[in-house]
Amino acid sequence: MTVIKNSETIEEMIAKMAMDLKIFLKERERKDIAIIGIHTGGVWIAERLHNLLKIKEPLGELNIAFYRDDFSRIGMHPSVEPSNLPFDVEGKHIILVDDILYTGRTIRAALNEIFDYGRPASVTLAVLVDRGEQELPFKADVVGTTMSLSAGEHVKLTGPKKLTLVTK
Amino acid sequence: MITAEKLPENIQVNKKGRLKHFLTTEGLSRQLLTEILDTAENFAGVGERAVKKVPLLRGKTIANLFFEPSTRTRTTFELAAKRLSADVLNINIESSATKKGESLQDTLQTLESMHCDMFVVRHANSGAAHFIASMVSPGIRVINAGDGRHAHPTQAMLDAFTIRRHRGRFSGLKIAIVGDIMHSRVARSEIHAFNTLGVKELRVIAPKTLIPAYMQALGVKVFHDLEAGLRGVDAVIMLRLQNERMQGTLLPSADEFFKMYGLTEERLAHADPEVMVLHPGPINRGVEIDSEVADGPRSVILEQVSYGIAIRMAVMSMCMGSAE
Amino acid sequence: MNICISKGRVIDPANGLDKVTNIYISKGQIVAVGRKPPGFEVKKQINVKGQIVIPGLVDLSARIREPGEHCKANIASETRAAAIAGITTLCCPPDTTPVIDTPAVIELIHQRADQSGQAKVVCLGALTHGLQGQRLAEMYSLKEAGCVGVSNAMQAIPDTEVMSRAMEYAVTCDLTVFLQPEDPWLGGGHMHEGAYSTRMGIPPIPETAETVALARDLLLIEATGVRAHFMRLSTARSIEMIRDARKRGLPVTADVSIHQLHFTDKDTENYNSLCHVKPPFRHHSDKEQLIAGVKDGTITAICSDHQPHDHDAKTAPFSMTEPGVSALEVMLPLAIRLADDGQIGLKTIIKTMTVAPAGILGLEAGSLTPGSAADLCIFDPEKNWMVTEKNLVSEGKNTPTLGWEMKGKVTHTILNGRIVYKQ
Repeated sequence: MTVIKNSETIEEMIAKMAMDLKIFLKERERKDIAIIGIHTGGVWIAERLHNLLKIKEPLGELNIAFYRDDFSRIGMHPSVEPSNLPFDVEGKHIILVDDILYTGRTIRAALNEIFDYGRPASVTLAVLVDRGEQELPFKADVVGTTMSLSAGEHVKLTGPKKLTLVTK
Repeated sequence: MITAEKLPENIQVNKKGRLKHFLTTEGLSRQLLTEILDTAENFAGVGERAVKKVPLLRGKTIANLFFEPSTRTRTTFELAAKRLSADVLNINIESSATKKGESLQDTLQTLESMHCDMFVVRHANSGAAHFIASMVSPGIRVINAGDGRHAHPTQAMLDAFTIRRHRGRFSGLKIAIVGDIMHSRVARSEIHAFNTLGVKELRVIAPKTLIPAYMQALGVKVFHDLEAGLRGVDAVIMLRLQNERMQGTLLPSADEFFKMYGLTEERLAHADPEVMVLHPGPINRGVEIDSEVADGPRSVILEQVSYGIAIRMAVMSMCMGSAE
Repeated sequence: MNICISKGRVIDPANGLDKVTNIYISKGQIVAVGRKPPGFEVKKQINVKGQIVIPGLVDLSARIREPGEHCKANIASETRAAAIAGITTLCCPPDTTPVIDTPAVIELIHQRADQSGQAKVVCLGALTHGLQGQRLAEMYSLKEAGCVGVSNAMQAIPDTEVMSRAMEYAVTCDLTVFLQPEDPWLGGGHMHEGAYSTRMGIPPIPETAETVALARDLLLIEATGVRAHFMRLSTARSIEMIRDARKRGLPVTADVSIHQLHFTDKDTENYNSLCHVKPPFRHHSDKEQLIAGVKDGTITAICSDHQPHDHDAKTAPFSMTEPGVSALEVMLPLAIRLADDGQIGLKTIIKTMTVAPAGILGLEAGSLTPGSAADLCIFDPEKNWMVTEKNLVSEGKNTPTLGWEMKGKVTHTILNGRIVYKQ
């Protein structure tokens, strides 16, 4: 494991993401906003954005285990944290947060799950790292950093107190 | 003393120790039983969403194979399967048509050729679910929805789930099971589950005619006196007394049973003040339980029903997701 | 043909013999054991050095499923299996279809067995008409037709008066009654009542299902003076009761099936339908007492209690399967195992499968006494073999010993001086 971004750098990246989001939302005149992080790394980042953006609605947490498309291949993940959306999704402008955007399959699962709770007014995607290798037609609205990795290389966010990006 | 982990070859788990079939609570580790409860905890909220469904088992076909009629149990399994987005086939087979093993085999083969992925089985004979699990092709999963007097593991797990939701733990708890222990698959599954989950004391309370021989070997204390048995317990599980057993060689009458073993407020006062009253349903009011207790503040009988769906979703998804 | 079986270890419990010696056979009879008789011209010499020569086994109970249940087995297949197992006489209980309650059925069975020529088959006649426990069977006619005793097989006779009269009538006909004691009300379950039945939720058969019926029958035997043989005892308490009855001078004998000396209710766990038998495999302590009973002679004989079944009969949830094991071919190896384990002496165990059951059936068999029929079993006590469906010749492959490595294999079976099986 090699650390490629230390926690200070990451906190700076998140602060910049918060700024970008503010602008993004303002340009589009979006109010009535809720923020949802995808387990587990996405939640860590969403927590920080939630504070920085001073969002009124409590933080939403999404566990997409029940929506994965590789379930029959790899099965259930034992003792997963449940999804928790402590607000009404209906009509909300949602900021969906994940740590790494890779194939896009996680985002597909997360959108499906969100829509099972209700119909949001919009969904904005914010990711810390965009690997730029999507297999599905998703593009992040707000990106911390882009990164191109060679095949077989993986990048991972570790936390939750001190966030670092590592490769392995 | 017969302890858990006794089944010589546990066909319930795969090589990685993941749940493959769910036939009995016996012989499964505390870790695995806890995993079932934890997974059910995740599913418990699905029923409160706008869309009461998750797409986990989309494209899978689950056959409810009921050799013994039971609308209640079948309905909760059906609902659980549908909330997991599976397709459900309900097949009621009169046991008379399958008196011979040959036709039971034929039934299974026919369903397999229809590409069913899971069988939920209810059968009047003990060991039927094990038998079916040993007969099906390797990819097919079997869940026991009650076999004879042997096991009804999902009912036991939903009772465990209900108790854990209220008490948060099993250690230190005293639990009493009251009624027809002899014929009860629920009681047997509960005894194995609660012992594995680490309760402090398990009691069974019934007349000697309704307690099978060597009951203590299962790790329970036997009481014939209801009040003595209820003293200090944290949960009472009442069992249903079947009509055909109310009078005959096991009991003289339903009235006398209620006199001796019917749960009333007065008798419940011997238990812990925070006691929970459970019943797998359907209730015989005035036979095993007084209405005042069944509808009273200590009763969690209705909660049990809704948790039943989450438990069944949990075991279905765990079994279906355990690739070799 | 004059045969000399040479250099084998000859064990003949009837004559107290256990030594390496020769046996001379002529015209279907044993003519001498030990020294060659004067003028005996050996036509065929069988050297069986290192092997054991014993009288042909006499099996007190083997279902050969004919007439009636051809889908399970037939006389030709099962007598062939008997020959391979070293069994030269087998006794067929009356619960065939139709029941052995008419001379015609006995004649049919004898005729089929003669045609097959692999083993001698004797029959027990029915004690009550159609085994229904209501009216007496024609015991005298059955005896005339050759039945060696009378029995109601596994069917109980709940009416005590009927049982008492049947015994009196058997006394009149000078027939031994063969009884399998089981109280029909207590015996309605499917496995031994114990911790395992409670755990598995299988309707249990308590020990009292056997002992209550046994107690009643012993009192009736005492009252009627009938000669009685108890079949397939399974509980420790039964052995005590037989021991006491013998002390009181009652003319009773008893047998146990070979499987009861190896299996217990524990083997039934996991719902192994191959262990579904009646009476059921009982607790370990019962098994110990059954073995002790064989050792001290309370149990006179060991039988196979052979019950071949078709595949479907055993392929169902436990309680829905048919009880019984296919046992002819594993009887001797399982007996040898008991001797090898030091549980019962080899001589004692051979006695319980030869001269003792012959005595119960009133047959001149089971010994190597010169002048008797040359029925012999020769086996290699060191030869190992594996029990597999393929290795079993019986139509019934239903044995819980499938996959077991057995020690001891029959090499020759001689029936009336004729080699019916040679490995």
